[in-house]
Amino acid sequence: MALTPALLLAPALVVFAIFVIWPIFSSIWLSLHDWDGIKPQRFVGLGNYRELIGDHVFWTAIRNNVAWLICFMLAPVFGLAVALFLNQNVFGIRFVKSMFFFPFVISQVVVGLVFSWFLNAQFGLLTEILSRFGLPPLALLEDPRWATFAVIAAGLWPQTAYCMILYLTGLTAMNPEVIEAARMDGAKGARLLWHIVLPQLRPATFIAVVVSVVGALRSFDLVAIMTLGGPYNTSTVLAYYMYEQTFLSFRYGYGAAIATVLFFLMDIYIAFFLWRMLRAERA
Amino acid sequence: MFPTPIRKTSAPTRAFYYVALPISVIVWLLPLFAVALTSLRSIEDLNRGNFWGWPTQTRFVENYTAVFTQSPMGQFILNSIIITLPAVAGALTLSAMAGYALAKYAFRGNLALFSIFIAGNFVPFQILMIPVRSLMIDVFPIYDTYWALIIFHIAFQTGFCTLFMRNFIKQLPDALIESGRLEGLTELQIFWHIVLPLVRPAIAALAVLEFTFIWNDYFWSLVLVQSDDVRPVTAGLQSLKGMWLASWQLISAGSIVAALPPVAMFFLMQRHFISGLTLGATKG
Repeated sequence: MALTPALLLAPALVVFAIFVIWPIFSSIWLSLHDWDGIKPQRFVGLGNYRELIGDHVFWTAIRNNVAWLICFMLAPVFGLAVALFLNQNVFGIRFVKSMFFFPFVISQVVVGLVFSWFLNAQFGLLTEILSRFGLPPLALLEDPRWATFAVIAAGLWPQTAYCMILYLTGLTAMNPEVIEAARMDGAKGARLLWHIVLPQLRPATFIAVVVSVVGALRSFDLVAIMTLGGPYNTSTVLAYYMYEQTFLSFRYGYGAAIATVLFFLMDIYIAFFLWRMLRAERA
Repeated sequence: MFPTPIRKTSAPTRAFYYVALPISVIVWLLPLFAVALTSLRSIEDLNRGNFWGWPTQTRFVENYTAVFTQSPMGQFILNSIIITLPAVAGALTLSAMAGYALAKYAFRGNLALFSIFIAGNFVPFQILMIPVRSLMIDVFPIYDTYWALIIFHIAFQTGFCTLFMRNFIKQLPDALIESGRLEGLTELQIFWHIVLPLVRPAIAALAVLEFTFIWNDYFWSLVLVQSDDVRPVTAGLQSLKGMWLASWQLISAGSIVAALPPVAMFFLMQRHFISGLTLGATKG
């Protein structure tokens, strides 16, 4: 009987250990080395990290990741707004909900291409709309000040859809008697939302925030598709800068150091999530 | 129900809602409509600068045929199918077993193992990138084959699937398993004949979700394969963008083709998809 759980767990543990757990330690170890991917590795201690501190592109990437994090916190807010708008029993509402969820189902590569096309300064739909109002075109993706935010806007599209579906499920599962009782007591509108509805939606909010934080720190696809980190590395993020340093500049050790920084940033959230999950487990 | 049901509101509010609903859908999906419209255009329209007006001629058949005849798009789609299906099956098999062990057997280190699966599921891909690629090149020489992506996706997705399965199986009553034991079934028979039939809803939900995740993966398609013979459709589409440059009608048609399988999956299995995605959104 003690053997059964071990046998059942073994295959999952083996592949997980080889391809997920061990590589984490291997990367951290590699970050203490100089390596071009071919020649023998050379131990340099904390040399890569010292270099990172003086690397202004690294700091741009950190700043942009922070911008992603902050802006992605809009996804739960927008998601809740859309969910409240759609939480009705009218004809065709199921179809409308599916349509709003749509952006989450398609690949980020397609989302990136769609938004590049939408934002294209010469013939994008945005330029077209602006010209209708007599405004000059905006080259958002080519503008160092705006490129990151244009990419984040593309990211918010599917992320809002994801948060919306979490809130819609939460709203459906809510106890209607509590709402009715509050209405009897004269609560309505924003007060009802804030004091009665939102507290009941806390599980949905928690998951929406967690997936948005993870999504913001993982952002790679959209940057790789829409700007390649440009112009002049102004829209790069840690995940993309790491990839670029490793495969385009052949600096594997330096890339591993960037990945290690990203990993420890993410660990703060992983620890928080685990702590909450395990606390719920014991209760 | 919150907000107030629209039927109980005043007539102007109701009218406003019925008008706002379809408009909001159109605005929300505007970028997609633009791409769909572009995929129908002729190259003459695009050269003339007619990007957003109604197409002068529709080139539906020509453009979509061109996607398959002038590029390896058909091959890319096939590659994605060959990679995604076994990866989903593998991750589900491993996680059903692991999830059952973690949910229904008390042993030392149970919660610790469970935590490792949860934590591993959130790590950034970049911390795995270099060692996983080296493993696929040096240790198991499967770099640039279907296997590299299949094996990696199974391993990584097992984290999320195990979390999901374990929580699902945990809710099944222990009495069912005990009664199996009393009837003299072996532990594996209990897993096979009692547990597996009951986790079918979880398997359905995870299968749809994992199909979408793996189909839409871009990062590992860049890192673990490089030739057109094995490249999945996400990385393939990006490489076509370089080849087609300004042929936006073909890029648009290609994007739509690449997006179709997960979209079809979503619409066919919507209920399962959403129940998988929102696990934990109502409690926890």
